[in-house]
Amino acid sequence: MWPKKSQFDIELARQRCLRYRRRILDISQQVSALHAAGAFSAVEIVDCVYAGLMRGKPGLESPDTFLMSKGHGCMIQYVVLENIGVLEKRDLDLYCKATGRLGCHPDYGNPGIEASTGSLGHGMALATGMAFTEQQVFKKDGLVYVVISDGELQEGSTWEAMMMAANLGVTNLVALLDHNGYQSFGKTSETHPAFYPIREKVEAFGWEVAEVNGHDSQAIYSAVAGRCGTKPFMLIGNTIKGRGVSYMENQPIWHYRSPSPAEYQQAIAELAEVTG
Amino acid sequence: MRNAFADVIFELGQEDSRICALVADISPAGSMVKFREQFPERFVNTGVAEQAMIGIAAGMALKGMRPFCYTIATFSLYRPFEMIRVDLCYQNLPVTVIGMGAGVVYSTLGGTHHSMEDVAVASAIPNMTVLAPCDPEEMRLMTQWCATESIGPVYMRLGKAGEPDLTADAIQPFQVGKLRYIKRGTEVAVISYGTTVKMAKEVALRLEALGKSVSVLSCHTIKPVDRPGVEEVLATHSRVVIIEEHVPHGGLGSRVREIAWESRSECSLDCFSLRDEFIHCYGSHDELLMAHGMSVDSVIDRLADQ
Repeated sequence: MWPKKSQFDIELARQRCLRYRRRILDISQQVSALHAAGAFSAVEIVDCVYAGLMRGKPGLESPDTFLMSKGHGCMIQYVVLENIGVLEKRDLDLYCKATGRLGCHPDYGNPGIEASTGSLGHGMALATGMAFTEQQVFKKDGLVYVVISDGELQEGSTWEAMMMAANLGVTNLVALLDHNGYQSFGKTSETHPAFYPIREKVEAFGWEVAEVNGHDSQAIYSAVAGRCGTKPFMLIGNTIKGRGVSYMENQPIWHYRSPSPAEYQQAIAELAEVTG
Repeated sequence: MRNAFADVIFELGQEDSRICALVADISPAGSMVKFREQFPERFVNTGVAEQAMIGIAAGMALKGMRPFCYTIATFSLYRPFEMIRVDLCYQNLPVTVIGMGAGVVYSTLGGTHHSMEDVAVASAIPNMTVLAPCDPEEMRLMTQWCATESIGPVYMRLGKAGEPDLTADAIQPFQVGKLRYIKRGTEVAVISYGTTVKMAKEVALRLEALGKSVSVLSCHTIKPVDRPGVEEVLATHSRVVIIEEHVPHGGLGSRVREIAWESRSECSLDCFSLRDEFIHCYGSHDELLMAHGMSVDSVIDRLADQ
């Protein structure tokens, strides 16, 4: 059975996720370069990994590894790392500024960032190599969590790596798919219908798969924590792009855009009513 | 070279548990089988999936390993180019990418299997070191350096098999980053790397027969090139000849021209390379080189004309 933290308080998770969305909206008023919607769909997934699943302080002090393969969603990773004291408030204040060190995509070498991502289709192979090394070279119990987007599941390199993960028998690899159903150009089911079904494809590549509501922290936690499997594992989290802000939800324009001051006020007001 | 590389990796693997070998369905030579049998947890065959080979190697390097990725040059460098750029070079990881059979060595396999511009492509990426040994001994020393001293990514360009020993009588030892005199003369210097150092030595013999005093140098480290070393060669010879199995642009010839211009050299400079063309020709390696206008005779003829 996989190692895990003792407990995961769902009410606390809900409160944290609300704060994370607010923090991202605050930062959106400082700079225009922000993938808010793609970060909002992954809030509960990323929070659950850091707060519920990973052991120890992320980075060198944790036996476990976290990769944000959907690098454009890293705003949620940054605010989580800020909350747990790995990144400083100053880092977030200087996001995308010439005097800061954080940009729109995670950079290896920054605190808590364990690989450079942002170009889609890289994280699965990196995570496979890391999981293989932890488990079969070092003979340790470190788990590797990688959050991928549905868009990058269209990259051939992701499937190459998934085949190899199954071939290598890495059972310490957990891929969390932020399946928000949208990519830059529009709704995935319309622009890329043959992409579906996902679950059967992944299972056919030698993986175990579970599917949950990706905004249900309890469901995410229960599907992964203490699991005991014989294959690499993918959790498909069905999510809503822009989750929590009505005008952002499922609207492709918000893949990249930052809210105006009025839109910001509306978003903050709406978030106060979200139950998560 | 191929068998010798497998021997070296096996020896290094015995000494250092961080050494691992990743291949992409390349048929393993003798010692590669030994490596796989003795260190199964450090041998990964990704099959015909070169992007996975580089990405997995990067993941292993991020955990502290020192991987070597090995397949035919065109598939080890071009196919997974963006993985090499982002995963290896951007993150500056100690992964060595071996490009086997570089140039037009796979002379009967056609343009799909030729890597005529690999030095230019690999050299263009920040953090990348580009090496090309001319014989098994240079390859052995170079591989040891990659395994133990290199702090970032390396592209190592290899020939195929059967290369003669070209440096046993070299007057200077091998050192990464240093231009190496194999022999030293006073008038003409012939600089080459990898597969064409043999041709450079033959050209030198012919020039000597014509009464010239000739230096022969192995420029095994193409990036970063030994700039002071090149300046010294330009300053101490009246004529410098570059021979490389690579397209005319982005390789050693281009680099030496830049240095010659920037150092206001008055030395005359002749560059011999592959043509900037895909040639649909099949035959021996020498015949392919000849189709590109590269042979000892054609070099001597052109030098005599000028």
